[in-house]
Amino acid sequence: MTDVTVLNEVEKDGGGTQEILLNLGPQHPSTHGVLRLVLELKGEYVARTDPHIGYLHRGTEKLAEDFTYTQIIPLTDRLDYLCPPSTNQAFVIAVEKLLGIEAPERAQYIRVMMTELSRISGHLLIVGALPMDVGAMTVMLYTMREREMVMDLLEMICGARMHTSFCRVGGVREDLPEGFAERIREFCDIFPQRISDYERLVARNRVFLQRTRGIAVITPEDAIDLGLSGPNLRASGVDWDIRRDCPYEIYDRLDFNVIVMEGGDCYDRWKCRIDEMRESTRIIEQCMRDMPEGPFLADEPTVSFPVDKELLKCSMETQIHHFELSAYGFKVPAGEIYSCVEAPKGELGFYIISDGSEKPFRMKVRAPSFVNLQALQGASNMDYLADVVAMLGSIDPVLAEVDK
Amino acid sequence: MGVPLYCTKIAKRFGREVEHEGHSHGMHVFAAPPSVVVDLCRFLKDDPELRFNFLSDICGVDRYPQTPRFEVVYHLYSIPLKWRLRIKCRVDDPPRVSSVVGVWKTANWHEREAYDMYGIVFDGHPDLRRIYMWEEFEGYPMRKDFPLRGYKDTYNPFGEEKTETSSSSLSDDQDNNSSQPGEKR
Repeated sequence: MTDVTVLNEVEKDGGGTQEILLNLGPQHPSTHGVLRLVLELKGEYVARTDPHIGYLHRGTEKLAEDFTYTQIIPLTDRLDYLCPPSTNQAFVIAVEKLLGIEAPERAQYIRVMMTELSRISGHLLIVGALPMDVGAMTVMLYTMREREMVMDLLEMICGARMHTSFCRVGGVREDLPEGFAERIREFCDIFPQRISDYERLVARNRVFLQRTRGIAVITPEDAIDLGLSGPNLRASGVDWDIRRDCPYEIYDRLDFNVIVMEGGDCYDRWKCRIDEMRESTRIIEQCMRDMPEGPFLADEPTVSFPVDKELLKCSMETQIHHFELSAYGFKVPAGEIYSCVEAPKGELGFYIISDGSEKPFRMKVRAPSFVNLQALQGASNMDYLADVVAMLGSIDPVLAEVDK
Repeated sequence: MGVPLYCTKIAKRFGREVEHEGHSHGMHVFAAPPSVVVDLCRFLKDDPELRFNFLSDICGVDRYPQTPRFEVVYHLYSIPLKWRLRIKCRVDDPPRVSSVVGVWKTANWHEREAYDMYGIVFDGHPDLRRIYMWEEFEGYPMRKDFPLRGYKDTYNPFGEEKTETSSSSLSDDQDNNSSQPGEKR
Protein backbone atom coordinates (compact mmCIF):
# COMPACT_ATOMS: atom_id res chain seq x y z
CA MET A 1 0.00 0.00 0.00
CA THR A 2 2.62 2.46 0.97
CA ASP A 3 5.87 2.34 -0.93
CA VAL A 4 8.97 3.92 0.41
CA THR A 5 11.79 4.86 -1.88
CA VAL A 6 14.99 6.13 -0.40
CA LEU A 7 16.23 9.00 -2.55
CA ASN A 8 19.58 9.58 -0.99
CA GLU A 9 21.00 9.05 2.40
CA VAL A 10 22.38 12.17 3.90
CA GLU A 11 24.90 11.84 6.62
CA LYS A 12 24.88 15.06 8.52
CA ASP A 13 26.60 15.81 11.72
CA GLY A 14 24.51 14.36 14.47
CA GLY A 15 22.48 11.56 12.94
CA GLY A 16 21.19 13.05 9.72
CA THR A 17 17.93 12.42 7.95
CA GLN A 18 16.96 10.30 5.03
CA GLU A 19 15.25 11.84 2.06
CA ILE A 20 12.50 9.54 0.98
CA LEU A 21 9.72 9.47 -1.54
CA LEU A 22 6.51 8.34 0.11
CA ASN A 23 3.44 7.14 -1.69
CA LEU A 24 0.43 8.02 0.44
CA GLY A 25 -2.58 6.25 -0.98
CA PRO A 26 -4.41 5.66 -3.29
CA GLN A 27 -5.95 3.45 -0.62
CA HIS A 28 -5.41 5.20 2.66
CA PRO A 29 -7.99 6.25 5.26
CA SER A 30 -6.73 9.80 5.46
CA THR A 31 -7.02 10.49 1.75
CA HIS A 32 -10.82 10.41 1.88
CA GLY A 33 -11.15 8.32 -1.23
CA VAL A 34 -8.70 7.28 -3.87
CA LEU A 35 -6.17 10.07 -3.90
CA ARG A 36 -2.50 9.33 -4.22
CA LEU A 37 -0.05 11.77 -2.78
CA VAL A 38 3.58 11.50 -3.70
CA LEU A 39 5.43 13.15 -0.88
CA GLU A 40 9.07 14.02 -0.82
CA LEU A 41 10.06 13.71 2.80
CA LYS A 42 13.09 14.94 4.64
CA GLY A 43 12.71 13.11 7.86
CA GLU A 44 9.29 14.14 9.00
CA TYR A 45 9.28 17.32 6.95
CA VAL A 46 7.45 17.42 3.66
CA ALA A 47 9.53 19.02 0.95
CA ARG A 48 7.12 18.58 -1.93
CA THR A 49 3.58 17.32 -2.38
CA ASP A 50 2.39 15.97 -5.67
CA PRO A 51 -1.24 14.84 -5.77
CA HIS A 52 -2.07 12.21 -8.36
CA ILE A 53 -5.73 12.03 -9.21
CA GLY A 54 -7.82 10.22 -11.78
CA TYR A 55 -8.41 6.88 -10.09
CA LEU A 56 -12.14 7.50 -10.19
CA HIS A 57 -12.25 9.11 -13.62
CA ARG A 58 -15.46 7.94 -15.24
CA GLY A 59 -15.60 10.41 -18.09
CA THR A 60 -18.81 12.09 -16.98
CA GLU A 61 -18.33 14.85 -19.51
CA LYS A 62 -17.76 12.45 -22.37
CA LEU A 63 -20.76 10.35 -21.34
CA ALA A 64 -22.91 13.45 -21.11
CA GLU A 65 -22.30 14.14 -24.79
CA ASP A 66 -24.04 10.85 -25.55
CA PHE A 67 -26.91 11.16 -23.07
CA THR A 68 -30.13 13.11 -23.21
CA TYR A 69 -30.55 15.89 -20.70
CA THR A 70 -32.79 13.82 -18.43
CA GLN A 71 -30.34 10.93 -18.52
CA ILE A 72 -27.55 13.19 -17.34
CA ILE A 73 -29.27 13.90 -14.02
CA PRO A 74 -28.21 10.55 -12.47
CA LEU A 75 -24.68 11.18 -13.72
CA THR A 76 -24.55 14.40 -11.75
CA ASP A 77 -25.50 12.44 -8.61
CA ARG A 78 -22.23 10.61 -8.86
CA LEU A 79 -20.12 13.74 -8.85
CA ASP A 80 -20.41 14.84 -5.27
CA TYR A 81 -21.99 11.77 -3.79
CA LEU A 82 -22.25 13.31 -0.34
CA CYS A 83 -24.71 15.92 -1.52
CA PRO A 84 -26.33 14.90 -4.80
CA PRO A 85 -29.30 17.33 -4.56
CA SER A 86 -27.01 20.30 -5.07
CA THR A 87 -25.33 18.82 -8.14
CA ASN A 88 -28.74 17.90 -9.54
CA GLN A 89 -29.89 21.43 -8.89
CA ALA A 90 -26.87 23.03 -10.52
CA PHE A 91 -27.39 20.99 -13.66
CA VAL A 92 -31.12 21.52 -14.05
CA ILE A 93 -30.82 25.24 -13.42
CA ALA A 94 -28.33 25.47 -16.28
CA VAL A 95 -30.64 23.58 -18.63
CA GLU A 96 -33.65 25.59 -17.53
CA LYS A 97 -31.82 28.81 -18.31
CA LEU A 98 -30.97 27.49 -21.77
CA LEU A 99 -34.61 26.55 -22.33
CA GLY A 100 -35.80 29.85 -20.93
CA ILE A 101 -38.17 28.26 -18.44
CA GLU A 102 -38.42 28.45 -14.70
CA ALA A 103 -39.48 25.89 -12.17
CA PRO A 104 -42.65 26.63 -10.20
CA GLU A 105 -42.16 28.25 -6.85
CA ARG A 106 -42.97 25.18 -4.83
CA ALA A 107 -40.39 23.17 -6.75
CA GLN A 108 -37.78 25.83 -6.08
CA TYR A 109 -38.51 25.71 -2.39
CA ILE A 110 -38.26 21.93 -2.38
CA ARG A 111 -34.96 22.04 -4.25
CA VAL A 112 -33.46 24.63 -1.96
CA MET A 113 -34.60 22.72 1.10
CA MET A 114 -33.07 19.51 -0.21
CA THR A 115 -29.86 21.27 -1.13
CA GLU A 116 -29.54 22.63 2.37
CA LEU A 117 -30.28 19.20 3.82
CA SER A 118 -27.52 17.78 1.71
CA ARG A 119 -25.23 20.62 2.69
CA ILE A 120 -25.73 19.54 6.27
CA SER A 121 -25.08 15.94 5.32
CA GLY A 122 -21.87 16.85 3.49
CA HIS A 123 -20.62 19.11 6.24
CA LEU A 124 -21.44 16.53 8.90
CA LEU A 125 -19.01 14.15 7.29
CA ILE A 126 -16.11 16.58 7.31
CA VAL A 127 -16.95 17.88 10.76
CA GLY A 128 -16.54 14.32 11.98
CA ALA A 129 -13.76 13.25 9.66
CA LEU A 130 -11.25 16.01 10.37
CA PRO A 131 -11.09 15.28 14.10
CA MET A 132 -10.85 11.60 13.25
CA ASP A 133 -7.91 12.28 10.94
CA VAL A 134 -6.09 14.02 13.73
CA GLY A 135 -6.95 11.44 16.34
CA ALA A 136 -10.33 12.25 17.87
CA MET A 137 -12.52 9.38 16.87
CA THR A 138 -15.61 10.19 18.90
CA VAL A 139 -17.10 13.08 16.91
CA MET A 140 -17.42 10.96 13.81
CA LEU A 141 -19.71 8.53 15.60
CA TYR A 142 -22.05 11.31 16.62
CA THR A 143 -22.08 13.13 13.31
CA MET A 144 -22.94 9.86 11.58
CA ARG A 145 -25.94 9.55 13.87
CA GLU A 146 -27.34 12.88 12.65
CA ARG A 147 -26.31 12.18 9.10
CA GLU A 148 -28.48 9.11 9.29
CA MET A 149 -31.41 11.37 10.14
CA VAL A 150 -30.73 13.45 7.04
CA MET A 151 -30.48 10.30 4.98
CA ASP A 152 -33.83 9.14 6.33
CA LEU A 153 -35.39 12.45 5.37
CA LEU A 154 -33.99 12.23 1.86
CA GLU A 155 -35.17 8.65 1.62
CA MET A 156 -38.62 9.75 2.66
CA ILE A 157 -38.71 12.35 -0.13
CA CYS A 158 -37.37 10.32 -3.00
CA GLY A 159 -36.81 6.74 -1.95
CA ALA A 160 -33.03 6.89 -2.24
CA ARG A 161 -30.59 7.61 0.52
CA MET A 162 -27.65 8.79 -1.54
CA HIS A 163 -28.27 9.12 -5.25
CA THR A 164 -31.42 11.13 -5.10
CA SER A 165 -31.84 12.27 -8.76
CA PHE A 166 -34.85 14.17 -7.53
CA CYS A 167 -34.62 17.32 -9.64
CA ARG A 168 -36.09 17.38 -13.10
CA VAL A 169 -35.71 20.03 -15.75
CA GLY A 170 -38.66 22.26 -14.90
CA GLY A 171 -39.16 21.20 -11.30
CA VAL A 172 -38.85 18.12 -9.14
CA ARG A 173 -39.99 14.55 -9.63
CA GLU A 174 -42.71 14.38 -7.01
CA ASP A 175 -44.34 16.40 -4.36
CA LEU A 176 -43.25 16.09 -0.75
CA PRO A 177 -44.72 13.04 0.96
CA GLU A 178 -47.36 13.25 3.65
CA GLY A 179 -46.05 13.64 7.13
CA PHE A 180 -42.77 15.10 5.93
CA ALA A 181 -43.32 18.48 7.54
CA GLU A 182 -43.47 16.95 11.02
CA ARG A 183 -40.38 14.85 10.45
CA ILE A 184 -38.27 17.76 9.26
CA ARG A 185 -39.56 19.95 12.06
CA GLU A 186 -38.40 17.33 14.50
CA PHE A 187 -34.98 17.35 12.87
CA CYS A 188 -34.71 21.14 12.86
CA ASP A 189 -35.65 21.24 16.52
CA ILE A 190 -33.00 18.89 17.78
CA PHE A 191 -30.21 19.58 15.31
CA PRO A 192 -28.87 22.95 16.61
CA GLN A 193 -28.34 21.36 20.00
CA ARG A 194 -26.43 18.52 18.39
CA ILE A 195 -24.15 20.96 16.58
CA SER A 196 -23.26 22.50 19.93
CA ASP A 197 -22.52 19.01 21.20
CA TYR A 198 -19.94 18.42 18.46
CA GLU A 199 -18.35 21.70 19.28
CA ARG A 200 -18.22 20.88 22.95
CA LEU A 201 -16.52 17.61 22.15
CA VAL A 202 -13.54 18.95 20.25
CA ALA A 203 -13.58 22.73 19.82
CA ARG A 204 -11.55 23.25 22.98
CA ASN A 205 -9.71 19.98 22.92
CA ARG A 206 -6.05 20.77 23.26
CA VAL A 207 -4.80 18.07 20.93
CA PHE A 208 -7.30 19.01 18.24
CA LEU A 209 -6.39 22.68 18.54
CA GLN A 210 -2.68 22.00 18.34
CA ARG A 211 -3.14 19.89 15.27
CA THR A 212 -5.36 22.41 13.45
CA ARG A 213 -4.82 25.96 14.78
CA GLY A 214 -2.40 27.88 12.62
CA ILE A 215 -1.74 24.83 10.46
CA ALA A 216 -1.88 25.07 6.68
CA VAL A 217 -2.75 28.74 6.57
CA ILE A 218 -4.04 30.15 3.30
CA THR A 219 -4.07 33.93 2.98
CA PRO A 220 -7.08 35.60 1.30
CA GLU A 221 -4.98 36.60 -1.72
CA ASP A 222 -3.62 33.09 -2.12
CA ALA A 223 -7.06 31.60 -1.66
CA ILE A 224 -8.48 33.65 -4.52
CA ASP A 225 -5.43 33.01 -6.65
CA LEU A 226 -5.75 29.27 -6.06
CA GLY A 227 -9.39 29.42 -7.06
CA LEU A 228 -10.74 28.21 -3.73
CA SER A 229 -14.44 28.65 -3.22
CA GLY A 230 -17.10 27.85 -0.70
CA PRO A 231 -16.29 27.36 2.99
CA ASN A 232 -12.58 27.01 2.23
CA LEU A 233 -12.48 30.50 0.77
CA ARG A 234 -14.65 32.03 3.45
CA ALA A 235 -12.46 30.52 6.14
CA SER A 236 -9.63 32.60 4.69
CA GLY A 237 -11.66 35.76 5.17
CA VAL A 238 -13.07 36.34 1.69
CA ASP A 239 -16.71 37.27 1.95
CA TRP A 240 -18.20 35.62 -1.08
CA ASP A 241 -21.21 33.34 -1.28
CA ILE A 242 -23.02 32.77 -4.56
CA ARG A 243 -26.30 32.25 -2.69
CA ARG A 244 -26.14 35.83 -1.53
CA ASP A 245 -24.08 37.61 -4.21
CA CYS A 246 -25.77 36.21 -7.26
CA PRO A 247 -28.94 34.59 -5.94
CA TYR A 248 -30.59 31.80 -7.84
CA GLU A 249 -33.92 30.09 -7.18
CA ILE A 250 -35.42 31.61 -4.04
CA TYR A 251 -32.29 32.44 -2.08
CA ASP A 252 -32.97 36.17 -2.35
CA ARG A 253 -36.08 35.70 -0.19
CA LEU A 254 -34.30 33.83 2.57
CA ASP A 255 -32.60 35.30 5.54
CA PHE A 256 -29.24 33.73 6.33
CA ASN A 257 -25.77 34.81 7.31
CA VAL A 258 -22.65 34.14 5.32
CA ILE A 259 -20.07 32.71 7.67
CA VAL A 260 -16.68 34.32 7.24
CA MET A 261 -13.62 33.42 9.32
CA GLU A 262 -10.28 35.15 9.45
CA GLY A 263 -7.49 32.72 10.12
CA GLY A 264 -7.56 30.56 7.02
CA ASP A 265 -6.17 27.59 8.94
CA CYS A 266 -7.53 24.07 9.32
CA TYR A 267 -9.46 24.97 12.44
CA ASP A 268 -11.25 27.86 10.74
CA ARG A 269 -12.22 25.71 7.80
CA TRP A 270 -13.70 23.22 10.24
CA LYS A 271 -15.44 25.90 12.31
CA CYS A 272 -16.82 27.58 9.20
CA ARG A 273 -18.68 24.40 8.34
CA ILE A 274 -20.01 24.01 11.85
CA ASP A 275 -21.53 27.48 11.65
CA GLU A 276 -22.82 26.94 8.14
CA MET A 277 -24.83 23.98 9.34
CA ARG A 278 -26.66 26.28 11.74
CA GLU A 279 -27.48 28.64 8.88
CA SER A 280 -28.63 25.74 6.74
CA THR A 281 -31.00 24.65 9.48
CA ARG A 282 -32.44 28.15 9.54
CA ILE A 283 -32.86 28.09 5.76
CA ILE A 284 -34.69 24.76 5.95
CA GLU A 285 -37.03 26.15 8.59
CA GLN A 286 -37.79 29.18 6.44
CA CYS A 287 -38.37 26.99 3.38
CA MET A 288 -40.84 24.82 5.23
CA ARG A 289 -42.59 27.87 6.62
CA ASP A 290 -42.87 29.79 3.34
CA MET A 291 -43.36 26.93 0.91
CA PRO A 292 -46.48 27.69 -1.16
CA GLU A 293 -48.94 25.13 -2.42
CA GLY A 294 -49.05 24.58 -6.14
CA PRO A 295 -47.53 22.56 -8.94
CA PHE A 296 -44.09 20.99 -8.48
CA LEU A 297 -43.31 20.66 -12.17
CA ALA A 298 -43.51 23.36 -14.83
CA ASP A 299 -46.36 23.09 -17.28
CA GLU A 300 -44.11 22.65 -20.29
CA PRO A 301 -45.36 19.61 -22.21
CA THR A 302 -42.27 19.46 -24.41
CA VAL A 303 -39.94 19.29 -21.43
CA SER A 304 -41.62 17.95 -18.32
CA PHE A 305 -42.95 14.50 -17.69
CA PRO A 306 -46.70 13.95 -17.20
CA VAL A 307 -47.56 14.63 -13.60
CA ASP A 308 -50.73 12.60 -13.24
CA LYS A 309 -49.63 9.01 -12.72
CA GLU A 310 -53.20 7.71 -12.88
CA LEU A 311 -53.67 9.26 -16.29
CA LEU A 312 -50.51 7.51 -17.40
CA LYS A 313 -52.21 4.16 -16.88
CA CYS A 314 -55.29 4.86 -18.98
CA SER A 315 -54.54 7.63 -21.46
CA MET A 316 -52.76 6.71 -24.66
CA GLU A 317 -51.59 10.26 -25.34
CA THR A 318 -50.07 10.64 -21.91
CA GLN A 319 -48.26 7.35 -22.32
CA ILE A 320 -46.87 8.37 -25.70
CA HIS A 321 -45.81 11.67 -24.21
CA HIS A 322 -44.03 9.91 -21.37
CA PHE A 323 -42.38 7.42 -23.70
CA GLU A 324 -41.17 10.06 -26.13
CA LEU A 325 -39.65 12.12 -23.36
CA SER A 326 -37.91 9.12 -21.81
CA ALA A 327 -36.70 7.60 -25.05
CA TYR A 328 -35.76 10.62 -27.12
CA GLY A 329 -35.53 13.47 -24.66
CA PHE A 330 -36.30 17.03 -25.52
CA LYS A 331 -34.54 19.53 -27.74
CA VAL A 332 -32.72 22.42 -26.16
CA PRO A 333 -32.20 25.61 -28.19
CA ALA A 334 -28.67 26.18 -29.40
CA GLY A 335 -26.64 28.34 -27.10
CA GLU A 336 -24.03 28.39 -24.38
CA ILE A 337 -24.46 28.80 -20.70
CA TYR A 338 -22.29 28.88 -17.65
CA SER A 339 -24.39 28.62 -14.57
CA CYS A 340 -23.08 28.08 -11.08
CA VAL A 341 -24.48 27.43 -7.65
CA GLU A 342 -23.03 27.43 -4.18
CA ALA A 343 -22.55 23.73 -3.57
CA PRO A 344 -21.37 22.55 -0.14
CA LYS A 345 -17.82 22.38 -1.48
CA GLY A 346 -17.84 25.68 -3.35
CA GLU A 347 -18.68 27.05 -6.74
CA LEU A 348 -20.19 24.25 -8.78
CA GLY A 349 -20.59 25.38 -12.35
CA PHE A 350 -22.00 23.74 -15.42
CA TYR A 351 -20.86 25.02 -18.79
CA ILE A 352 -23.19 23.58 -21.40
CA ILE A 353 -22.94 24.12 -25.13
CA SER A 354 -26.10 23.07 -26.90
CA ASP A 355 -26.29 22.63 -30.65
CA GLY A 356 -30.07 22.45 -30.68
CA SER A 357 -30.32 18.69 -30.31
CA GLU A 358 -31.44 16.46 -27.42
CA LYS A 359 -27.90 15.95 -26.20
CA PRO A 360 -25.40 18.56 -25.09
CA PHE A 361 -22.60 19.25 -27.52
CA ARG A 362 -20.24 19.82 -24.62
CA MET A 363 -20.77 19.77 -20.91
CA LYS A 364 -18.03 20.93 -18.64
CA VAL A 365 -18.31 20.56 -14.90
CA ARG A 366 -16.48 23.11 -12.83
CA ALA A 367 -16.03 20.84 -9.85
CA PRO A 368 -15.18 22.73 -6.66
CA SER A 369 -13.27 19.84 -5.08
CA PHE A 370 -11.01 19.59 -8.11
CA VAL A 371 -9.96 23.20 -7.73
CA ASN A 372 -9.82 23.13 -3.94
CA LEU A 373 -7.47 20.18 -3.97
CA GLN A 374 -4.83 22.34 -5.63
CA ALA A 375 -4.52 24.23 -2.37
CA LEU A 376 -2.46 21.29 -1.07
CA GLN A 377 0.45 22.89 -2.86
CA GLY A 378 -0.33 26.45 -1.84
CA ALA A 379 -0.69 26.51 1.93
CA SER A 380 1.93 27.79 4.28
CA ASN A 381 2.95 26.32 7.63
CA MET A 382 2.37 22.80 6.46
CA ASP A 383 5.74 21.35 7.32
CA TYR A 384 5.03 17.94 8.76
CA LEU A 385 3.47 14.92 7.19
CA ALA A 386 0.82 15.07 9.93
CA ASP A 387 -0.07 18.60 8.81
CA VAL A 388 -0.69 17.39 5.27
CA VAL A 389 -3.23 14.93 6.64
CA ALA A 390 -4.96 17.68 8.64
CA MET A 391 -4.94 19.98 5.61
CA LEU A 392 -6.40 17.32 3.38
CA GLY A 393 -9.16 16.63 5.86
CA SER A 394 -9.97 20.29 6.26
CA ILE A 395 -10.31 21.15 2.57
CA ASP A 396 -12.82 18.33 2.28
CA PRO A 397 -12.32 16.98 -1.22
CA VAL A 398 -14.76 14.43 -2.58
CA LEU A 399 -12.66 12.39 -4.92
CA ALA A 400 -15.59 11.39 -7.11
CA GLU A 401 -16.05 15.06 -7.89
CA VAL A 402 -12.34 15.69 -8.31
CA ASP A 403 -12.08 12.94 -10.90
CA LYS A 404 -15.43 13.45 -12.61
CA MET B 1 -28.96 47.37 -19.07
CA GLY B 2 -26.14 49.51 -20.35
CA VAL B 3 -22.84 48.33 -21.68
CA PRO B 4 -20.69 47.27 -18.74
CA LEU B 5 -17.45 49.04 -18.06
CA TYR B 6 -15.29 46.08 -18.99
CA CYS B 7 -16.66 46.03 -22.54
CA THR B 8 -15.64 49.61 -23.20
CA LYS B 9 -12.31 49.17 -21.44
CA ILE B 10 -11.44 46.06 -23.41
CA ALA B 11 -12.41 47.78 -26.66
CA LYS B 12 -10.27 50.77 -25.74
CA ARG B 13 -7.22 48.77 -24.74
CA PHE B 14 -7.25 46.02 -27.36
CA GLY B 15 -9.14 47.63 -30.21
CA ARG B 16 -10.10 45.12 -32.85
CA GLU B 17 -7.84 42.37 -31.60
CA VAL B 18 -10.43 41.24 -29.07
CA GLU B 19 -13.84 40.85 -30.56
CA HIS B 20 -17.00 41.29 -28.54
CA GLU B 21 -19.30 38.41 -29.43
CA GLY B 22 -22.40 39.65 -27.72
CA HIS B 23 -24.27 38.74 -24.63
CA SER B 24 -25.71 35.33 -23.96
CA HIS B 25 -27.57 34.16 -20.86
CA GLY B 26 -26.27 36.91 -18.65
CA MET B 27 -22.66 36.83 -19.75
CA HIS B 28 -20.63 38.87 -22.21
CA VAL B 29 -18.45 36.85 -24.53
CA PHE B 30 -15.14 37.96 -26.00
CA ALA B 31 -13.09 36.22 -28.64
CA ALA B 32 -9.35 36.68 -28.38
CA PRO B 33 -6.63 35.23 -30.59
CA PRO B 34 -4.07 33.01 -28.80
CA SER B 35 -1.43 35.72 -28.99
CA VAL B 36 -3.29 38.18 -26.77
CA VAL B 37 -5.08 35.88 -24.31
CA VAL B 38 -2.47 36.25 -21.59
CA ASP B 39 -2.31 40.03 -22.02
CA LEU B 40 -6.08 40.25 -21.91
CA CYS B 41 -6.29 38.13 -18.76
CA ARG B 42 -3.58 40.10 -17.03
CA PHE B 43 -5.27 43.34 -18.00
CA LEU B 44 -8.63 42.18 -16.69
CA LYS B 45 -7.10 40.99 -13.45
CA ASP B 46 -4.85 43.95 -12.75
CA ASP B 47 -7.01 46.87 -13.83
CA PRO B 48 -8.17 48.56 -10.62
CA GLU B 49 -11.62 49.23 -12.06
CA LEU B 50 -12.26 45.68 -13.25
CA ARG B 51 -10.49 43.31 -10.85
CA PHE B 52 -11.37 40.00 -12.40
CA ASN B 53 -9.41 38.25 -9.70
CA PHE B 54 -11.14 34.87 -9.77
CA LEU B 55 -10.66 32.38 -12.56
CA SER B 56 -13.65 30.07 -12.44
CA ASP B 57 -12.80 27.67 -15.14
CA ILE B 58 -10.78 26.86 -18.22
CA CYS B 59 -12.11 24.28 -20.58
CA GLY B 60 -11.40 22.93 -23.99
CA VAL B 61 -14.01 22.45 -26.70
CA ASP B 62 -13.62 20.36 -29.83
CA ARG B 63 -15.63 21.67 -32.79
CA TYR B 64 -14.61 18.86 -35.12
CA PRO B 65 -15.04 18.92 -38.14
CA GLN B 66 -15.29 22.72 -38.13
CA THR B 67 -12.22 24.88 -38.41
CA PRO B 68 -10.67 26.29 -36.35
CA ARG B 69 -11.18 23.04 -34.55
CA PHE B 70 -10.53 23.85 -30.91
CA GLU B 71 -11.68 26.45 -28.47
CA VAL B 72 -10.23 27.26 -25.09
CA VAL B 73 -12.90 28.89 -22.96
CA TYR B 74 -12.08 30.96 -19.89
CA HIS B 75 -14.68 31.95 -17.32
CA LEU B 76 -13.68 34.90 -15.20
CA TYR B 77 -15.32 36.38 -12.16
CA SER B 78 -14.71 39.56 -10.27
CA ILE B 79 -15.39 38.92 -6.59
CA PRO B 80 -15.51 42.60 -5.57
CA LEU B 81 -17.66 43.74 -8.51
CA LYS B 82 -19.71 40.58 -9.14
CA TRP B 83 -19.11 40.46 -12.86
CA ARG B 84 -18.73 37.37 -14.94
CA LEU B 85 -17.39 37.10 -18.43
CA ARG B 86 -16.28 34.51 -20.90
CA ILE B 87 -13.23 34.61 -23.14
CA LYS B 88 -12.98 32.33 -26.09
CA CYS B 89 -9.78 31.54 -27.80
CA ARG B 90 -10.11 29.65 -31.07
CA VAL B 91 -7.12 27.58 -32.07
CA ASP B 92 -6.39 25.38 -35.00
CA ASP B 93 -5.03 21.87 -35.00
CA PRO B 94 -2.46 21.33 -33.49
CA PRO B 95 -3.78 23.47 -30.63
CA ARG B 96 -1.31 25.70 -28.82
CA VAL B 97 -2.12 28.51 -26.41
CA SER B 98 -0.03 30.43 -23.94
CA SER B 99 -0.55 29.42 -20.36
CA VAL B 100 -2.19 31.76 -17.86
CA VAL B 101 -0.64 30.07 -14.81
CA GLY B 102 1.40 33.23 -14.37
CA VAL B 103 -1.82 35.21 -13.92
CA TRP B 104 -3.79 32.80 -11.73
CA LYS B 105 -2.23 29.82 -9.98
CA THR B 106 -5.50 27.94 -10.21
CA ALA B 107 -5.08 27.69 -13.98
CA ASN B 108 -2.50 24.98 -13.40
CA TRP B 109 -4.83 22.00 -13.07
CA HIS B 110 -7.45 23.37 -15.43
CA GLU B 111 -4.85 23.57 -18.16
CA ARG B 112 -3.52 20.12 -17.35
CA GLU B 113 -7.05 18.82 -17.70
CA ALA B 114 -7.56 20.51 -21.06
CA TYR B 115 -4.23 19.08 -22.20
CA ASP B 116 -5.16 15.61 -20.99
CA MET B 117 -8.62 15.60 -22.54
CA TYR B 118 -8.04 17.55 -25.77
CA GLY B 119 -4.31 17.66 -26.30
CA ILE B 120 -4.23 21.42 -26.12
CA VAL B 121 -0.65 22.44 -25.39
CA PHE B 122 -0.24 25.38 -23.04
CA ASP B 123 3.08 27.09 -23.68
CA GLY B 124 4.83 28.17 -20.55
CA HIS B 125 2.94 25.82 -18.26
CA PRO B 126 5.28 24.74 -15.45
CA ASP B 127 4.15 21.12 -15.28
CA LEU B 128 2.11 20.03 -18.28
CA ARG B 129 1.37 16.36 -17.57
CA ARG B 130 -1.71 14.25 -17.96
CA ILE B 131 -3.94 14.65 -14.94
CA TYR B 132 -6.70 12.03 -15.17
CA MET B 133 -5.38 9.47 -17.61
CA TRP B 134 -2.19 7.56 -17.02
CA GLU B 135 1.06 8.68 -18.59
CA GLU B 136 1.14 5.95 -21.25
CA PHE B 137 -2.39 6.60 -22.45
CA GLU B 138 -2.65 7.23 -26.17
CA GLY B 139 -4.95 9.81 -27.66
CA TYR B 140 -7.15 12.47 -26.13
CA PRO B 141 -10.44 11.06 -24.85
CA MET B 142 -12.68 14.11 -25.01
CA ARG B 143 -12.00 14.77 -28.69
CA LYS B 144 -15.02 14.19 -30.88
CA ASP B 145 -13.20 11.59 -32.97
CA PHE B 146 -12.27 9.51 -29.93
CA PRO B 147 -14.80 6.69 -29.55
CA LEU B 148 -17.06 6.80 -26.50
CA ARG B 149 -15.95 3.36 -25.36
CA GLY B 150 -12.30 3.88 -26.17
CA TYR B 151 -10.12 1.61 -28.26
CA LYS B 152 -10.01 -2.14 -27.85
CA ASP B 153 -7.12 -3.56 -25.90
CA THR B 154 -6.42 -6.13 -23.18
CA TYR B 155 -8.27 -4.23 -20.52
CA ASN B 156 -11.05 -2.90 -22.68
CA PRO B 157 -12.67 -5.72 -24.70
CA PHE B 158 -15.70 -3.57 -25.52
CA GLY B 159 -13.77 -0.78 -27.18
CA GLU B 160 -13.72 0.00 -30.86
CA GLU B 161 -11.23 -1.71 -33.12
CA LYS B 162 -8.37 0.51 -34.02
CA THR B 163 -8.34 1.19 -37.72
CA GLU B 164 -5.12 1.74 -39.61
CA THR B 165 -5.61 5.46 -39.82
CA SER B 166 -6.64 6.03 -36.27
CA SER B 167 -3.83 3.95 -34.80
CA SER B 168 -1.20 5.55 -37.00
CA SER B 169 -2.44 9.00 -36.14
CA LEU B 170 -2.36 8.07 -32.48
CA SER B 171 1.20 6.86 -32.60
CA ASP B 172 2.21 9.93 -34.59
CA ASP B 173 0.63 11.94 -31.91
CA GLN B 174 2.75 10.38 -29.24
CA ASP B 175 5.93 11.25 -31.07
CA ASN B 176 5.23 14.86 -31.75
CA ASN B 177 2.31 17.04 -30.99
CA SER B 178 2.26 18.55 -34.44
CA SER B 179 0.30 15.77 -36.16
CA GLN B 180 -3.37 16.16 -36.94
CA PRO B 181 -5.08 13.07 -35.59
CA GLY B 182 -8.62 14.14 -36.38
CA GLU B 183 -8.15 14.99 -40.01
CA LYS B 184 -7.57 11.48 -41.32
CA ARG B 185 -10.73 9.73 -40.25
